[in-house]
Amino acid sequence: MRYSGFSLLRHALTGHRRWPRAWRDAEPRKSYDVVVIGGGGHGLATAYYLATRQGIRNVAVLEKGYLGGGNSGRNTQVTRSNYFYPESGAFYEHSLKLFENLSQDLDFNVMFSPRGILAICNSRHEMETYRRWANAIRMNGIDSEILSREDIRRRVPHINLDCRFPIWGGFVQSRGGVSRHDAVNWAYARKASAAGVDIVQNCEVTGFETSDSRVQTVLTSRGNIAAGKVALCVAGHSSQLADMAGLRLPITSVALQAMVTEPVRPIFNTVLMSAHIHVYVSQSDRGEIVVGGGIDPFNSYAQRGTLNTARDNYSALLELLPIFSRLRLMRQWAGVCDMAYDVSPIVGKTPLENLYISTGWGTGGYKAIPAGGDTLAATIANDQPHPLIQPFQLDRFETGRLVDEGAASGVAH
Amino acid sequence: MLRIPCPYCGTRDQDEFKFGGESHLERPAQPEQASDAEWARYLFYRKNPKGIHHERWLHSFGCRQWFNLARDTVTHEIVEAYPMGSQPSSRPAPGEGDSND
Repeated sequence: MRYSGFSLLRHALTGHRRWPRAWRDAEPRKSYDVVVIGGGGHGLATAYYLATRQGIRNVAVLEKGYLGGGNSGRNTQVTRSNYFYPESGAFYEHSLKLFENLSQDLDFNVMFSPRGILAICNSRHEMETYRRWANAIRMNGIDSEILSREDIRRRVPHINLDCRFPIWGGFVQSRGGVSRHDAVNWAYARKASAAGVDIVQNCEVTGFETSDSRVQTVLTSRGNIAAGKVALCVAGHSSQLADMAGLRLPITSVALQAMVTEPVRPIFNTVLMSAHIHVYVSQSDRGEIVVGGGIDPFNSYAQRGTLNTARDNYSALLELLPIFSRLRLMRQWAGVCDMAYDVSPIVGKTPLENLYISTGWGTGGYKAIPAGGDTLAATIANDQPHPLIQPFQLDRFETGRLVDEGAASGVAH
Repeated sequence: MLRIPCPYCGTRDQDEFKFGGESHLERPAQPEQASDAEWARYLFYRKNPKGIHHERWLHSFGCRQWFNLARDTVTHEIVEAYPMGSQPSSRPAPGEGDSND
């Protein structure tokens, strides 16, 4: 059914007790043309684009826990394409453009709000670097605008311009902003399921049967499934799933924390990022101040991080925005980020013929969900990397052709 | 905040240390003869286990010595600290037993 004003009215008349399920709770079948492992944004988007753009509907998405319970539900919702390298710019811009029409395309309000990504800097040297970065973004055909100190004060009246390292200026990507992460997951799930994709939750992959350089069967907690092709979209468990297939990855998994304050009335209408005073912040549509910062710098699968990093993040927030100092912190959590050495994703083929992988998204995978799904689906269908992800193949670690976006990720790693 | 048992200074707060990545990585002995794949394995490929991880730490704001830890990456429990250049006595987690080649 289509969501609309009429459907809302119709269901109001029956007390909203008869809304149908947003997606089928499918029983896993014995075989599929494509098995997507991982029911987060990337897995669900891949399944959706397989069904709707590649004509491949005999697809299952297997999720160990509940749909969107991993990093897709743990990020700070920042949606942008202000990366440095042309390869990155092209990819993330494809994603941003999909976001711009996603609510209409998926008949689900993903609450994309292009309220601007404001990157501020705190020294003369950083300002020179930011000019270079802002110009690189424009060379990539993407919007950016250099801002003065005064511009920033006008956009963020509560900012402490003369903080520990006084603000010199910055730049803005006006078309960037935030969107609702849960809605993106659910929107892709709903449309994929409607198109025939089986979404199977509480289904943990425990191993693979491989022969002749191919995955033949996916072993799961809900039975064995024969698969024509398999895709790993398991941020936070890429190394473990790859290990089951006999592969090692150039990946390190670390915790990235996020937190929200109690909700308050609208006071902050943009996304602010500072690399030097290490924090990024926005206000959700529920009124919570959403805060993120640096990673916990050691291998961890604990999904919580440690208090000293949390302290560093809060300190940075209050240094820049002391007005928030009396807000109560409501909730804190972490995701598990799969970091590649060059902080760029790894999407495409693996040494196994019919095994595809989407990993290395690090701390920036949420904004990539639409493009990640679209390009991986095309790659699976054609058995060739989509042009936009050609620079992000696994073999770049042997050829040395890294795409070093570490500096352009928004916050230092 | 991890509480880390420096073999030289005793247990100190994590803030005093710098993480140094996976332990026991061996640089190819004959660099001129190493293939691109061997170099990639040494430079980039990692075990990244969900379980006991053998890793290096530097006590930056203390004795400034490097040492190894065997630490669980899920519970953060530190099983053992052992000197640089030696092997752990703790048993490796499944999938961690193979050497780096």
